[in-house]
Amino acid sequence: MASYSTNEFRGGLKVLLDGDPCIMLENEFVKPGKGQAFNRVRLRNLMTNRVWDRTFKSGESLEAADVIDQDMEYLYTDGEFWHFMLTDGSFEQYPADAKAVGDTVKWLKEQDVYTVTLYNGAPLTVTPPNFVELEVVDTDPGMKGDTAQGGSKPATLSTGAVVNVPLFITIGEVLKVDTRSGDYVSRVKGG
Amino acid sequence: MTEESAWRPSASPAALKSRAQQLAFARGFFAEREVLEVETPVLAQHGVTDVNLDGVAADVSAAGREGGWLQTSPEYHMKRLLAAGSGSIYQVSKVFRNGERGRRHNPEFSMLEWYRVGYDDTALMADVADLVCGWLDCARPVQVSYRDAMLAWAKVDPFEISDEDLRRCCEQWLEPDQIAELDRDGCLDLLMSFSVEPNLGRDSPEFIVGYPASQAALARVSVVDGHPVAHRFELYVDGLELCNGYWELVDASEQRRRFEADNRLRQQSGKPDMALDEAFLDAVETGLPDCAGVALGLDRLLMLKLGTRDIAEVLAFPFERA
Repeated sequence: MASYSTNEFRGGLKVLLDGDPCIMLENEFVKPGKGQAFNRVRLRNLMTNRVWDRTFKSGESLEAADVIDQDMEYLYTDGEFWHFMLTDGSFEQYPADAKAVGDTVKWLKEQDVYTVTLYNGAPLTVTPPNFVELEVVDTDPGMKGDTAQGGSKPATLSTGAVVNVPLFITIGEVLKVDTRSGDYVSRVKGG
Repeated sequence: MTEESAWRPSASPAALKSRAQQLAFARGFFAEREVLEVETPVLAQHGVTDVNLDGVAADVSAAGREGGWLQTSPEYHMKRLLAAGSGSIYQVSKVFRNGERGRRHNPEFSMLEWYRVGYDDTALMADVADLVCGWLDCARPVQVSYRDAMLAWAKVDPFEISDEDLRRCCEQWLEPDQIAELDRDGCLDLLMSFSVEPNLGRDSPEFIVGYPASQAALARVSVVDGHPVAHRFELYVDGLELCNGYWELVDASEQRRRFEADNRLRQQSGKPDMALDEAFLDAVETGLPDCAGVALGLDRLLMLKLGTRDIAEVLAFPFERA
């Protein structure tokens, strides 16, 4: 198994710590004058999402975690698993459980492409693209007139996500939504 | 850092200008005091034996000689000049330390090193204070002993605490198996780095003096309050370590013993032996004049001048862009 020594530590490195895959967020090198060097490292445990601060002596090493990000197309859910397919032409399919899908479930649209993080070959997390385009399936009737006027109302999208939208939005329209904030961005023409 | 901007310097034009002014200030400082500017090799046959310093090996071949080291400090060559009768000297030099990169470290950095013949550590500290305070326009440093700094911030008496109790103090940062691999100085270094250093020089600059003899490096050792302590000092300004100075060891056989002890420690920590620099030892043997010397990090001095917390802001091209 590959491993990384303290000299190779950097943000973004995926390593095994206490048996769990972690991503290195920050690495600070400290060394007093002529003395022993240490690396103060901040990591996020990819299993629990908890952030850990750990210290390593210069020369120590951590095992690399078999974690890779892959683009996959969302296919369907059977109620227990959400099925994704690699977009590299291999058509290989991966079932992700509810824990891996997490909050992303409300942005899942069939045939859209998501980043699936595999750990030891199985989906660990599913990350939506920063922006998705989804159809409004329910909202209060649209208001005619000044589209620049303030005010908002909730709208339910085809995936079940509920977002605040301007008052002029009507059922059947397709919206661009920022998945990081859950905010409405714009209407999509020709939706 | 995006791909498109990777060619650009990370220091602002103002920082580059300030660097040039700092260099002119330092040169003026030494010219006024009639200290001679010298240049010694950056690429040389020998590296240092220090357990915690890794040089950058050079794959060089010329005149029938193979291999060498980029210097971690110009110390050995400057002492050869001193032994040859140069009188007081200074040097602005690029030095190299493998593996060191952080907000305060870059593998290649600028060092100002100087030696004053006839000075001891106390006299040299006054010199350092003149230079640093003259440039930074800060309060003059106070002297605090290593022991008092440890007692104040880490609640540890570095000369009296048992190995066992010292190890226990490290549990806040390290797992038991990591602590088991640390020697006494390693434990003290951990406390120094995480408990003590961030607090040093906060109100006004502080010289830390009286290091344990085990951390003497190339400094003389005296007995103070029944404990052997090194005539070594470091200057801290706002939690940032700026320089490391010694009342220089002039005893060649003691110097050789320390080099050999270094190599034993290197073996224990799985590092390769470093061949002893016999030319340097010969120079000390011939007679190093009584002198004190100090190495000051010029990039860090500039960080303090400009109030930056990241060395990349004062380097034209840090390691990632070099």
